Amino acid sequence: MSGATTKAAAERGAALTLQNLTVTYDRHPAVHHVSGTLKAGSLTAIAGPNGAGKSTLLKAIVGELRPAEGRIEHGLAARDIGYLPQAAEINRRFPINVLDTVLLGDWHQSGAFGRVARAARERAQEALSTVGLDGFERRPIGSLSAGQFQRVLFARLLMQEARLILLDEPFTAIDARTTHDLLALVSRWHGEGRTVVAVLHDFEQVRSHFPETLLIARELIGWGPTTEVMAPANLLKARAMAERWDETAPVCEPAA
Amino acid sequence: MSLYDLFLAPLADYGFMRRALVACLCLSLGCGPIGVFLMMRRMSLMGDALSHAVLPGAAIGYLVAGSLSLTAMGIGGLIAGLSVALLAGVVSRATSLAEDASFASFYLTSLALGVLIVSLRGSNIDLLHVLFGTILAIDSDALIEIGTITSVTLVALALIYRPLVAECFDPGFLRAVGGRGPLYHVAFLVLVVLNLVASFQALGTLMAVGLMMLPAAIAQLWSRTLPVMLAIASVTALLSGYLGLIASYHLELASGPTIIVTAALFYGLSILIAPSGLARRYFPRPHLTG
Repeated sequence: MSGATTKAAAERGAALTLQNLTVTYDRHPAVHHVSGTLKAGSLTAIAGPNGAGKSTLLKAIVGELRPAEGRIEHGLAARDIGYLPQAAEINRRFPINVLDTVLLGDWHQSGAFGRVARAARERAQEALSTVGLDGFERRPIGSLSAGQFQRVLFARLLMQEARLILLDEPFTAIDARTTHDLLALVSRWHGEGRTVVAVLHDFEQVRSHFPETLLIARELIGWGPTTEVMAPANLLKARAMAERWDETAPVCEPAA
Repeated sequence: MSLYDLFLAPLADYGFMRRALVACLCLSLGCGPIGVFLMMRRMSLMGDALSHAVLPGAAIGYLVAGSLSLTAMGIGGLIAGLSVALLAGVVSRATSLAEDASFASFYLTSLALGVLIVSLRGSNIDLLHVLFGTILAIDSDALIEIGTITSVTLVALALIYRPLVAECFDPGFLRAVGGRGPLYHVAFLVLVVLNLVASFQALGTLMAVGLMMLPAAIAQLWSRTLPVMLAIASVTALLSGYLGLIASYHLELASGPTIIVTAALFYGLSILIAPSGLARRYFPRPHLTG
């Protein structure tokens, strides 16, 4: 049902539009004059060298960073966006079990004070078995390995049923088997008509699993079908642009 | 000396012992859980800082009331503690100082101010009372005040339990789903200050956090699930309060410090024999098959 409605939205076009977006740290731009449209229902990788502003772009989209210039338009409520940050500020020693963690994904239903419905519990169980963690419900978070914990976070995302899913380096320091399983989950989301964006540094992964790519090196280098964007000329350009860092850069004047 | 003489007679014979015990009961119900959450938020030392911040307000209340009026000092302490908590938060957000650094600066200032204000008018005895508490001098008014604070704390904790857990565990997630984390953070700080004020009357500024942090540390040694930890913290706080009172009565020791020392003894015992303590480390049980 919800899959059908998002499919309909996909035909209507944009999930998200960036208009001349600039995000800065201490006035130095990390994302510089980026414009473009994220098609609804698309599966997009954000690629680029270190310090290219990939994570910054995601943080600006979820509203953690405020644009210094330009706008982000998406018309989605916070509950429609599922965001998995890279260095989550998660307290891994907190005494909470796997099931309760996944149930946090039901926040848009149960909220701060509401009851957790039986249906939500069943969905959480289902999410856990989807990510291959059957029988882990009562295990404390602190006893999980890095890969298992990443699976738990994906189960929580699954619970959120978000229309726009943003993943920041979701497979860094994760074993091949877990990466494989979680990538399958990502394509399942894509199949359900959700818009998925993932920051990745593994170009092989990008080429084989992500039809669209946004290549960025502070400035936008390419945004479109992966085969076109990830051309050698573009990659070379990206590497050259990201290595520049000018402590005494002048103020950026709008081009006349 | 019979068991009755040892454990019940002091309470049966003296009203002030009964009131002190009721105060301990209230404090353990409120402070135990608050301490566990403080520890979970990695704010153990922040609690200590806040308890010092209560002092200048209490001292001004003492000056205004002209005597060791627990109500006046309680209200003064509440205002001072809340302002320091909020100011420190504001300063750390507005400047590059981390929250713990701004807390440290504020509480040192408050402690100095508080001692100055008390020494302006009062005697050294008064100063001792402010610093170390007067649990045996608690009257019914103060008892009602402490009981009210405990009730408010328990109801409020029950209400904000889920968002507070989410905020302690994964603040980024709460922010992303629009869960208003800072609101619950402030609500929690208010509860901390309230309980410090309650505990200040019994144990004084220097040891007000004692019944928060020691039971919380003990709870963390014994359990790995939050609800059980909350219960263990309350129970050990109550046990320390009761045994400390009895011991201070028989041995003619100052009651506040005796209570904290009792809690410290429980803590030492737990370090030795608790599941995540030393005994398990040196005498490990055989591992399982899977």
